[in-house]
Amino acid sequence: MIKRLAVLILLSLVSSSLLYAQTDWIRTGTGLGVEKVRLAVPDFKAAGADPQTAPLLTVFNQTLWNDLDNAGIFDLVSKSFYPLSVPGTPAELQLATWSNPPVNASMVAFGNFGVSGSNVAMQGWLYDARNSSAPMVLGKQYSDPASPDNARLHAHRFADEIIFRLGGGINGIAETKVYFISSRSGHKEVWQMDYDGAAQSQLTHLGSIASLSPRVSPDNTRIIFSSFAKRGLELMMYSLELGRIVSFPTYNGTNISPAWAPDGSKIAFSSSMHGHSEIYVADSAGANPKRLTVSSGHPDSSPAWNAKTGAQIAFVSGRTGEPQIYIMDADGTNVQRMTDTGYAVSPSWSPNGQLLTFAWRRSYGAGDPGGQDIYLMDVTTRQWVQLTHDSGVNDFPSWSPDGRHIVYESRQGGRSEIRSMLADGTKQHALTSSGENSQPNWSWK
Amino acid sequence: MKNRTRQFIVLTLLAALLLIAGCEKKSTAPPPPPPPPPPQPTASLSANPDSIQAGQSTQLTWRTENATDVSIESIGKVDPNGSKTVSPADSTTYRLIAKGPGGTQDATARVTVEAMSTTPVTESEEQMFARLVQDVFFDYDSFALRPETTQNLASASQFLQQHPNLRFTIEGHCDERGSTEYNLALGDSRAAAVRDQLTRNGVSADRIKTISYGKEKPFCSESNEQCWQQNRRGHFVLQK
Repeated sequence: MIKRLAVLILLSLVSSSLLYAQTDWIRTGTGLGVEKVRLAVPDFKAAGADPQTAPLLTVFNQTLWNDLDNAGIFDLVSKSFYPLSVPGTPAELQLATWSNPPVNASMVAFGNFGVSGSNVAMQGWLYDARNSSAPMVLGKQYSDPASPDNARLHAHRFADEIIFRLGGGINGIAETKVYFISSRSGHKEVWQMDYDGAAQSQLTHLGSIASLSPRVSPDNTRIIFSSFAKRGLELMMYSLELGRIVSFPTYNGTNISPAWAPDGSKIAFSSSMHGHSEIYVADSAGANPKRLTVSSGHPDSSPAWNAKTGAQIAFVSGRTGEPQIYIMDADGTNVQRMTDTGYAVSPSWSPNGQLLTFAWRRSYGAGDPGGQDIYLMDVTTRQWVQLTHDSGVNDFPSWSPDGRHIVYESRQGGRSEIRSMLADGTKQHALTSSGENSQPNWSWK
Repeated sequence: MKNRTRQFIVLTLLAALLLIAGCEKKSTAPPPPPPPPPPQPTASLSANPDSIQAGQSTQLTWRTENATDVSIESIGKVDPNGSKTVSPADSTTYRLIAKGPGGTQDATARVTVEAMSTTPVTESEEQMFARLVQDVFFDYDSFALRPETTQNLASASQFLQQHPNLRFTIEGHCDERGSTEYNLALGDSRAAAVRDQLTRNGVSADRIKTISYGKEKPFCSESNEQCWQQNRRGHFVLQK
């Protein structure tokens, strides 16, 4: 008894000190510290006796747990506290065992999953553990041809339903994709993967010196990117629906770092078509490019639209020497400098329009051994917080559509991989593990 | 008459006979002199001009005397005097051999053939370009031209204006340390800075193309300042 007490005291001391360290880093008052829902997610029970069920059930359970654990709004109760027998249907559920200690859950998600014929079928429920008179929050049924991909899909769908219902009406990201650059085929090409790193596949097969900076359109149908053609860097368009490159106008000069306006009607990009590097805006078919910045020869690159209003564009400029982050109105007026020092690049605007994330080396100079980290900045107050603190060079942060996650590139020990984290800097984990991966871009849904 | 006188006359006649007989033994008629030896042949051979470019021709001209059999190597039998147009592919020494009763005489003439230069850019122009239009190197994260760069580009511009047929590309490169996207724009600014200095010096802009490679096509891959400096450059490439 005393031993258990001692362990509990130690645990709470450790966890509170960790919490303290966490809030020490967050100074922008962005409301990310909302109280999390205590959710219990027992493994789904096998439905039926088909021998194909077991491996697919394992995939389902792992995926569902990861989706809910990574959502950023739940406090998942550890499975070691769960009762030994798991419910597969509401009839088998004893609500009190889930709301009482040691589980102490507010919500419990449960159900069954299995192969029947040539399909997999899932039945899932979300129950409010504190509301014994009307506990059911949602119940879902899915059926699709049996495969590991569909086992994952059922888990992603169900997780998104729970997240939407309990997360204040914001869509979950379990079915979203991340587009990125990988050189594992021998050339830098555009690749795609699920938001959790599964199902990585190559999209472009250009074999050019490099394809770079992929950005998916707001309707998730096309990817614009930059690639080396004979005469230099050109913007190119890949159709996800057709599975191939589609035509896009070519301009003179160096054309790079394209970005979509959130309504899909315009693209911004950096071009030296008239002799010097500038920010341009064209329509979504690439017609009528208009110059927004005025340069004396310095580099201007990496535009990013205000993802909520489309009324402002953040960009990178070397006009004072080292690159700094600026914002301007979408017509090029009202240019404001956001960073004050060091080397700042790769801005990405949050879906709620209030925050910028970008890569920053605050102390900078030739020979400076320091790392480059991902930062968050409130656009209105310019207050900032540092999200990554490891050694290495972190770059190209990209917001998730739920505004709760950031995916980024991390180069350590000569290798470059893509990592994901919550927007408060916690739960950092790798999505890729081999093949020189960079420049991730999160899809819009 | 007396005997004595008669004896005297006989003796004298006898002596004369003896003399005459003796002379007849010594002096047969001298043989005719041998005909003089035939004169040596003479020969001369010249080529005009004696230096040509491949594909052009030259005229061989020769004179001989006292020769009955005249030939020129690689041509064959020729008249004792004459001329002929030839168009050798390589440098050649022509040899004429003149034979006659008096002997043999030969003569030579050398024709030098220069190799044709390739069009449109001659090899020597390419070498001059490499020597006078040298790559430009930059400071860390900078596209500013160093003072020595401005000087080098001044002499490069002079050469380029003297050879208006030459067209070229300026590539902008960066070292591995900066961010991928920003380096693509920085490479463009570097190439543009070099181009702008040349056009300010009077080199026509339509001879110059620029292209940025950012840090995607480095010249070396070591992680040290020596390699990094090698990669921070504006690189000239002559268009053939």
